[in-house]
Amino acid sequence: MALSVAEWGDENAPPVLFAHGGFDFAETLNRFAPMLADGGHRVVAWDQRGHGDSAWAHLYSWEADLRDAAAVLSTLPDGQLPFIGHSKGGSLMMYLANVAPHRVSALINLDGLPSGNNMPDVSERERTRMQRDEMDAWLAHRRGLSGRQRRPGTLEELAARRGRMNPRMSMEWLRYLVTVGAREESDGWRWKLDPTMRMGGFGPWRPEWSMLRLPGLGAPVMGVLGLELETMGWGTRPADVLPYLPPGARLETLEGVGHFVHIEQPRVVADLILDFIS
Amino acid sequence: MSEPIPDLAPAPDPSFDGADHRWLRHNRIDLALHRVAVGSDPSFRPLLLLHGLGERTPETLPGSIHWPGPVYGLDFTGHGDSTIPVGGGYTSEILVGDVDAALEVLGQVTILGRGLGAYIGLLIAAARPAQIVGVVLADGPGLVGGGIHPGSPSVAFPAPWATAIPDPFALLELSRDVRPPDYAQNYVRFVIERSGLEKALMVAAVTRPEWLAAVAAEPGVGQAPVEEALRFFAEHADTA
Repeated sequence: MALSVAEWGDENAPPVLFAHGGFDFAETLNRFAPMLADGGHRVVAWDQRGHGDSAWAHLYSWEADLRDAAAVLSTLPDGQLPFIGHSKGGSLMMYLANVAPHRVSALINLDGLPSGNNMPDVSERERTRMQRDEMDAWLAHRRGLSGRQRRPGTLEELAARRGRMNPRMSMEWLRYLVTVGAREESDGWRWKLDPTMRMGGFGPWRPEWSMLRLPGLGAPVMGVLGLELETMGWGTRPADVLPYLPPGARLETLEGVGHFVHIEQPRVVADLILDFIS
Repeated sequence: MSEPIPDLAPAPDPSFDGADHRWLRHNRIDLALHRVAVGSDPSFRPLLLLHGLGERTPETLPGSIHWPGPVYGLDFTGHGDSTIPVGGGYTSEILVGDVDAALEVLGQVTILGRGLGAYIGLLIAAARPAQIVGVVLADGPGLVGGGIHPGSPSVAFPAPWATAIPDPFALLELSRDVRPPDYAQNYVRFVIERSGLEKALMVAAVTRPEWLAAVAAEPGVGQAPVEEALRFFAEHADTA
């Protein structure tokens, strides 16, 4: 499985490991990561399988992503380093910190703590029906996969499509993302993302299973939550997180900022991180 | 004992004729669907064998299995003759998609699942109740799964000397698959709700991990040894 790894900063500087969110890619950090690099760090981020310049996989799973993360970690010099992750990547790093407590010096989670809020107050009966709907949708998806391709378009069209997932991003930034996250072919631009990937599947996973990875962490923990709720986020509020924070953990909330805290407010978030890990 | 196959199922694919196996495409995986036995009544609803974790479809029908119609077996992703994916990523949900690909070709079937195949049989029966006339859940590798909630996360890489088939990633990942009892029970209810059979699931397994004990305790689920369970489904036409 070929994984593409991106780096910013002096290769001899102390490393930090960064995991991007679902349907993102390492180069979305091209504005944010240099700020950490200027703060004296070697920033290492990889494209998760099926994302960015990494290979498209036969199969995708949480466990596979976690193993890929451990493989990237194993290429870094021995010793402890900060783990940073956004959204799905934040959750992934929380798991990696559980897997390798001897490698993590600090865990920084950027709007990546799942809560049950996107399924508020659904009755047991409703939840059961959802379980069946999810399975039906999953199988319909699996049946339609062979030969699937991403829809080509102009650079502007791809930027506009991504804008629907990222309504708080400027058009200028979205256009830039196309130039690094898509490739131009004879019939137009296509995102490099594996067209067979899908958000969510069906399965027994429950949000609290992830949250329960938090209280036992021994390394210092900082969570950063954007308080503006949006589609790509998990709707997590401070009250959902507080009961799970390990002793001494910090929770920073950003008013007027959405799910992509490090893209919307790179300077603010970089300063929070540099202060926390210094 | 023959019965017509209702229209709701796709017609059996004639391209199987003559060959003892055919290939099915599931995304980037080529799945091997084997014909294990022709059966005394070729028009009878087929039996589909789902092997256990690390196994493959048997070459000949085990002596303990009696079925009037044709018997097929599916090699799951990473098993037997099916594609070995690169870098793992197995989940039960993926394997449910494997079986769904077989249903597209076979139409209406009865399923005999061993171990992991028994769990997958339950899930697919819930998804395609009109196409599945009974599932027998039998002992076999991978029956237990990874317990009712996740254990401490860990990462393992298969040993370099591990054999390629079955895929060591499959053995690793599919033996840690979390199976909460209430989750399994929901699937039982989906099956029962839409089945016309008096018993739509038959538990033959002696081993009863929590998920399977919960399944066996549900109304509409029978308990019988494999031979008897197969006889039950062979004698009961689909009344849906």
